[in-house]
Amino acid sequence: MSFVTGVGLTSYGKHEGSSSLDLMSKAAELAIADAGLKRADIDGILCGYSTVSPHIMLATVFAEHFGIRPSYAHAVQVGGATGLAMTMLAHHLVDAGVAKHVLVVGGENRLTGQSRDASIQALAQVGHPDYEVTLGPTIPAYYGLVATRYMHEYGVTQEDLAEFAVLMRKHALTHPGAQFHDPITVADVMASKPVAMPLKLLDCCPVSDGGAAFVISHDGTGDTRVRVRGCAQAHTHQHVTAAPALSELGAEISIAKAKQASGLAISDVRYAAVYDSFTITLAMLLEDLGLAKRGEAAARVRAGYFDQNGEMPLNTHGGLLSYGHCGVGGAMAHLVETHLQMTGRAGNRQVRDASVALLHGDGGVLSSHVSMFLERVR
Amino acid sequence: MSGQVVDWTKGAEAIAYQTCGACGARQYFRRSFCAACGSPDLTEHRASGAGTVYATSLVCRAATPETKAHVPYNIVLVDTDEGFRMMAHGDNALAIGDKVAARFTQFAGRLVPYFEKVK
Repeated sequence: MSFVTGVGLTSYGKHEGSSSLDLMSKAAELAIADAGLKRADIDGILCGYSTVSPHIMLATVFAEHFGIRPSYAHAVQVGGATGLAMTMLAHHLVDAGVAKHVLVVGGENRLTGQSRDASIQALAQVGHPDYEVTLGPTIPAYYGLVATRYMHEYGVTQEDLAEFAVLMRKHALTHPGAQFHDPITVADVMASKPVAMPLKLLDCCPVSDGGAAFVISHDGTGDTRVRVRGCAQAHTHQHVTAAPALSELGAEISIAKAKQASGLAISDVRYAAVYDSFTITLAMLLEDLGLAKRGEAAARVRAGYFDQNGEMPLNTHGGLLSYGHCGVGGAMAHLVETHLQMTGRAGNRQVRDASVALLHGDGGVLSSHVSMFLERVR
Repeated sequence: MSGQVVDWTKGAEAIAYQTCGACGARQYFRRSFCAACGSPDLTEHRASGAGTVYATSLVCRAATPETKAHVPYNIVLVDTDEGFRMMAHGDNALAIGDKVAARFTQFAGRLVPYFEKVK
């Protein structure tokens, strides 16, 4: 058994002068305090990576910097799925008795620590070095390819995709830590600069500075406990050229295994936290996970289904698209928000019932998937 | 492995793929073994360059000085007649399902495959 005992999150956007280690430390300090623990209680550390400050031993670099001597520590790299993959590993580590309190931390000064061109170019390297990267694609282009095919097969339009950007922005407006604070419309998304068609600037998450952290513990530390009920992964490919058919993607495999591991069904879920690097990513994953039928996720957005007061509140902090994306920490913000919702601490963003939550992360080009169910226990 | 073909990734005007003598699988990314069954019994072939467009994405925002000089350029996934999928460049007007044929062009200082619609 394992519990998410504490969470920490910085604002996303510009943190001029902060290093990746600074942002990780800030988030870690918040998470440890939130769990009611002290630095010395942490006996395991899992961290992600920083494209600004690559290092072959980031976990021990961080541990020394932060002032912890853990009995278990290393980095994990699964692209955008890293945060949930670390949480899954921490869950198994505390369940197996390897550690009592594992600190999971990610943070990067990706916006101010390097040029936007450098970020785009660093991320494009998830492609095949000989057969793809030489052609000059970008991450938006990899997802643009997925988008044109998905739109072709299921009759999804660019206006449909724009709905997801509008929804995430609407949610971000209620969170002071979000990178963007101006409302947008479908027309704004449609008129935004083309990046890799059919994806335009507002279909894409931004590059951000920020940090996020959680503590995963063997025993709960607070009155309202958030338990990891079950989780699973699936890895079908790395490169979009080698991706399986759209009907055989990894999200469907990982959610099926996570349902089995947790004994839960989609009908049990009250809150959803789903990876949203691009509008197409969110549209596809919602349908892969069974939170909407094929080609119908956008209609559910229009009907208010995923609103704060809707039947299935989704990414109420604004997601990667509007809270921001600082790399590994990016999708960790989804879990932080989920925890706040489950423990009734989301303030003006609080939903009616977040007793059972489904989280899903995606790394690469829909390459690596982690699905996780959390439940509140009192 | 027999009959090595020098392809566009090595600067030659050719598209190459491998077939497995043990299980019959075909693969585009060159390896010394079959990714489906592990057998080293591979034969390399030169592809015809004919195929069907599977997906497209017109890149309008590039990230390096060399690639910025080319925007907009169309990145395409093509299902070749030989049965493997590949990424390449293509005409900006290409649509999913178009029958295409490959030629080669220079892009950012390298030779790359470029697909055009078959009339």
